[in-house]
Amino acid sequence: MQFFYNFGKYVILLTKVFSKPEKSKIYYKQTLKELINLGVNSIGIVIVISAFTGAVITLQTAYNTENPFYPRYLIGLMARDTIILEFSSTMVGLILAGKIGSNIASEIGTMRITEQIDALEIMGVNSASYLILPKIIASVLFNPLLTMISIAVGVFGGWIAGTVTGVVSSEDYIYGIQFAFIPFYVTYALIKTVFYAFVITSVSSYCGYFVRGGALEVGRSSTKAVVYSCILILLCDVILTQLILS
Amino acid sequence: MIKVDHIWKSFNRQTVLKDISVEFEKGKNNLIIGQSGSGKTVLLKSIVGLLDIDKGEVKYDDVVYSKLNFKKKKEIRKKIGMLFQGSALFDSSTVEENVIYPLNMFTNMSYEEKRERANFCLNRVNILNANQLYPSEISGGMQKRVAIARAIALNPEYLFCDEPDSGLDPITTLRINNLIKEITEEFNTITIVNTHDMNSVMEFGEKIIFIHMGQKWWEGTNKDILHTENEKLNDFVFANHMAKRLKQIK
Ligand SMILES: Nc1ncnc2c1ncn2[C@@H]1O[C@H](COP(=O)(O)OP(=O)(O)OP(=O)(O)O)[C@@H](O)[C@H]1O
Ligand SMILES: [Mg+2]
Repeated sequence: MQFFYNFGKYVILLTKVFSKPEKSKIYYKQTLKELINLGVNSIGIVIVISAFTGAVITLQTAYNTENPFYPRYLIGLMARDTIILEFSSTMVGLILAGKIGSNIASEIGTMRITEQIDALEIMGVNSASYLILPKIIASVLFNPLLTMISIAVGVFGGWIAGTVTGVVSSEDYIYGIQFAFIPFYVTYALIKTVFYAFVITSVSSYCGYFVRGGALEVGRSSTKAVVYSCILILLCDVILTQLILS
Repeated sequence: MIKVDHIWKSFNRQTVLKDISVEFEKGKNNLIIGQSGSGKTVLLKSIVGLLDIDKGEVKYDDVVYSKLNFKKKKEIRKKIGMLFQGSALFDSSTVEENVIYPLNMFTNMSYEEKRERANFCLNRVNILNANQLYPSEISGGMQKRVAIARAIALNPEYLFCDEPDSGLDPITTLRINNLIKEITEEFNTITIVNTHDMNSVMEFGEKIIFIHMGQKWWEGTNKDILHTENEKLNDFVFANHMAKRLKQIK
């Protein structure tokens, strides 16, 4: 019951978000701001996490395939596919849910409890659209770029880890990451990323937008935003994988 | 004229506004007074449409505002200036940007014109040399004044102030009350002010309604208020010792 109530409220909020903006110039400016705030500011964390995870994936693959019958270049191939198919889209999505999601929910939640949203409404501004639409657009545009960065850095991290520890030679690894490459996997990862970006921003905004109470509730809403975003991302993952790859 | 017609409002099980009817006129300082928790803020928010009322209606001139859809409400809202109890400044924008914000949204002024207008409004509330500061960097009273500057930036036809004087010193309170009065007279706005400051009531209450436990308990002017027989109102007006003694002397 509660689920349907929330889902209905979420859909109504989205219709408000996607109504015609009153002044597109201001929305454009807001979107640029959010591109920096939600996108550019996430590059660092994506690089760090991707580099290390790429390294770990390569090492684990290497140790798990220590068998003279397997050619060594398979390590590069498997690392590449793991990174593209699951890590750089879904894992990075989950990490961004933690970073962006809590950021959005607490920002909008604070604006709600300090009556800033009421102030917008009373001026005649569509607060839902003004606050949420730029965030959705910015993330949907920028997150695919983050995924690409993550893939590149992850594969590179794997190469460094593999060659430094000597589990795979540079030639084998590079041969492996080019071997039987299916470009569609990248498209698949990017499609997922776009969905995740939408889920993270809209769900977190929803959690923040309807906060009631004080600082404690804002904190709770930001936790909720992260939890719900993560669950929905995983659900999307299953559905999209079934739809796209089967 | 704003006409409030038998409105009711409740949250969950608690009925906060009970059958309130009142009219507010143009060019007058209308005050809503009452104890903390009596429902002043809820009444004001119901009038401006931030809260949906359960029963009754709110009319702006001849338009039944409370029944309009969001789009039509927006047209009227552009003529509303409102000061919130907690100022509600946008905390990621500077003082100047806060005042410019409504101009950005609803006018086609050039940047220079907007700045000029913002500075004019800030001057009126006596905020000088704070344009580039953020709301968290100025005092509570200054925040209130900046919020007033923002509220009057577009020359509103309706001005709502929720406790403009709470947390301010007597001199600043007087200055802000004077400002509100000036604006009301100058632009012939319909001004509605929530307050529990008796000084403001005595000085500026051209029309006063007293809310007690969500009901309109009394209505009158600042001249009537000292001579009323209404017990609850007397308790409120003559709450402190000095006021009580004054009444006895009289
Ligand atoms: N959003 C809300 N949800 C539930 N109850 C509310 C809500 N807003 C106000 N109330 C209740 O309505 C009553 C009146 O509150 P209101 O804020 O109008 O008081 P007030 O007269 O403005 O007091 P103060 O002078 O302290 O600002 C309070 O009992 C409060 O608990
Ligand atoms: Mg109040």
